[in-house]
Amino acid sequence: MELLLLLTLPIAGAAVLGVIGADRRAPEVNALFSLGTFLCACALVVRVIRHGNLLLGDEQFFIDPFNVFLVALTAFVGLTTALFSRPYMRVELEHGRLSAGRLRLYHSMYQLFMFTMLLALTTNNMGLMWVAMEGATLSTVLLVTLYRTPGSLEAGWKYFILCGVGIAQALFGTILLYVAAGKVLGAQGMTALLWTHLDAVKTQLEPTVLALAFVFLLIGYGTKVGLVPLHSWLPDAHAEGPTPISAVLSGLLLNVALYAVVRSKVLVEGSLHSELPSMMLMGFGLLSVVLASLLLWRQRDIKRLFAYSSIEHMGIATFAFGMGGPIANFAALLHMTVHSLTKSSIFFTAGHAAQKAGTQQMERIRGLITLSPTVGWGLMLGSLAILGVPPFGVFTSEFLILTTAMRTQPWATPILLAALAVAFAAIFSKVQPMVFGETTGRRLPHPPALLPVFAHLAIVLLLGLYIPPYLADWYRAAAHLIGGP
Amino acid sequence: MTPLPLYHQLLDACAALLLLLSFAMLSQRRVVTLVNLYAVQGAVLAAATLLLAWRTGEGHLYLSAALTLALKVAFLPWLLHRLIRRLEVYWDTEPLLNVSGTMIVGLVIVVFAFALAQPITRLTSTATRSAIGIAVSVVLLAFLMMITRRKAMSQVVGFLSMENGVFFGAMSASYGMPMVVELGVALDVLVAVLVMGVFFFQIRERFESLDLHHLESLKERE
Repeated sequence: MELLLLLTLPIAGAAVLGVIGADRRAPEVNALFSLGTFLCACALVVRVIRHGNLLLGDEQFFIDPFNVFLVALTAFVGLTTALFSRPYMRVELEHGRLSAGRLRLYHSMYQLFMFTMLLALTTNNMGLMWVAMEGATLSTVLLVTLYRTPGSLEAGWKYFILCGVGIAQALFGTILLYVAAGKVLGAQGMTALLWTHLDAVKTQLEPTVLALAFVFLLIGYGTKVGLVPLHSWLPDAHAEGPTPISAVLSGLLLNVALYAVVRSKVLVEGSLHSELPSMMLMGFGLLSVVLASLLLWRQRDIKRLFAYSSIEHMGIATFAFGMGGPIANFAALLHMTVHSLTKSSIFFTAGHAAQKAGTQQMERIRGLITLSPTVGWGLMLGSLAILGVPPFGVFTSEFLILTTAMRTQPWATPILLAALAVAFAAIFSKVQPMVFGETTGRRLPHPPALLPVFAHLAIVLLLGLYIPPYLADWYRAAAHLIGGP
Repeated sequence: MTPLPLYHQLLDACAALLLLLSFAMLSQRRVVTLVNLYAVQGAVLAAATLLLAWRTGEGHLYLSAALTLALKVAFLPWLLHRLIRRLEVYWDTEPLLNVSGTMIVGLVIVVFAFALAQPITRLTSTATRSAIGIAVSVVLLAFLMMITRRKAMSQVVGFLSMENGVFFGAMSASYGMPMVVELGVALDVLVAVLVMGVFFFQIRERFESLDLHHLESLKERE
């Protein structure tokens, strides 16, 4: 019931906003639908806490500790982003960057995007997961090009083609999985793509075909995670699209894609009994961390800067999943959570900062703190949090990952540490002058909504100091499920 | 050696035709012909599906063949032709690699694809397993086409042809996917083409051309 509402509300929202999306009160309607979705997610969480894993809708949907917190996180960030986008998009409208008609497209697609992500998370069917992931790309392509500037069109086209090609590889991987499963499960029917069934027979699946399937799935979904060298769409799409979309792309879509990769890894590792999937995840993860932190130095656009930071953090999480084992998996899940919250709050403040300065070029954004202390402090605190300064939650997860790496993969530790140090220096040296110094900005016609920023940062701070017991239980159960050496 | 049964020979003929069409697309620079080739590829795919459906008696394969026919032979080519007329893009510019060079790379790719398909072929027991190598080749050749072309329209046809290859792979390895998934995939392809259509008009409105070299300004600046 909760699940049904959770999935139908965003669709209904997309339909309603498709009609009235250009209306003056559409932003509030958008926020209201997101609130409804979030409440459904809460109800679902309560039910999982009470009854444990759920298998619903003729086994087509499956809720376990691994996806329940991601569902809650997705719905929560979806709500806060909708709140943030109310004043933000109004300012954009008054600055003449878009028309009311495009605002309708924006609101409708925003809800559709939430739907596809929630579907990808809750479905038990690997095929449906693919369909939902492709749907997520399609619903955001036109959002990236919302401003119709040459840059945004280029970003949108790149996003479309790269993710389209990537996702076609993932479809091939899914088919291979289906072939291997059909051999064991016998049925040429529905069950051979259901994750729970595949998980039950994973030790009997043909290893060579699964290894091949994993390569295709990793390339496919890895493109969406933004793993280097498949990342080139990511900074463009984040920088050129409207800021609320950058926030949900970075905070949510990357997580959902990583979720798909890890679900595939669980199956493949069970069949393969070899290090191949782990090695591949570690390799891609480490490469992403190193390259992204080096590229951070060369950024001039504030949103591109934090887009590269997202690649870096997704690399860290991927690397941790590659190491496997209870602690690294736990840390990776925590990292996904805190990165999502922190990065979306940073994009909120960065968006307002860019509006005030009238540009996304960092050298022309100065003195945020004198103009608006809340935006300035929000950006500063957010940056410190994402850089892993204690006591924020990112510190906890990175600390756990580094200590595990020292124990199990000592060769990687210095590389990781060096990359983190480089990233710290790069981001801090760029954020510091933007926050302090002489101001150049202007006042905005609508006061920015900064409640989401501080709510996110407060949760991240809380997670750094204290993880609620049920959340820790989920992380532990999910970490056990994901397994590894 | 006993001769293969007729339906099997027909299926192999379909597979060979698909590969041939992929090569034809790779060498074709006229955009209208490219779309026609795509439509023919769809028709061959539908014929192969129909043959399999008749042979195995699986009901959902008939449906899938009908879906292929409606979407890939009729609707999408019609839409693409309309777009071509409205946007007046008839020729692709000289590809990044000349035609004979592309062909040689294509041949290497086919050999590689058959090597890649080996373990899958060994696993499956379907009548069509010899075709899996061809399916992988079609996917990779479409990929090559997307890399070497400059016009947005040719890239789109490459993308669609890639989907054909994946679809044929599913068909020959496991007689297709579950119906829900197949419907979902078809829906995604349809929406993808519609989104691309909107996209083309946006690109045209902004640059007055569909040449992708306009879209190369977002690079890391020194």
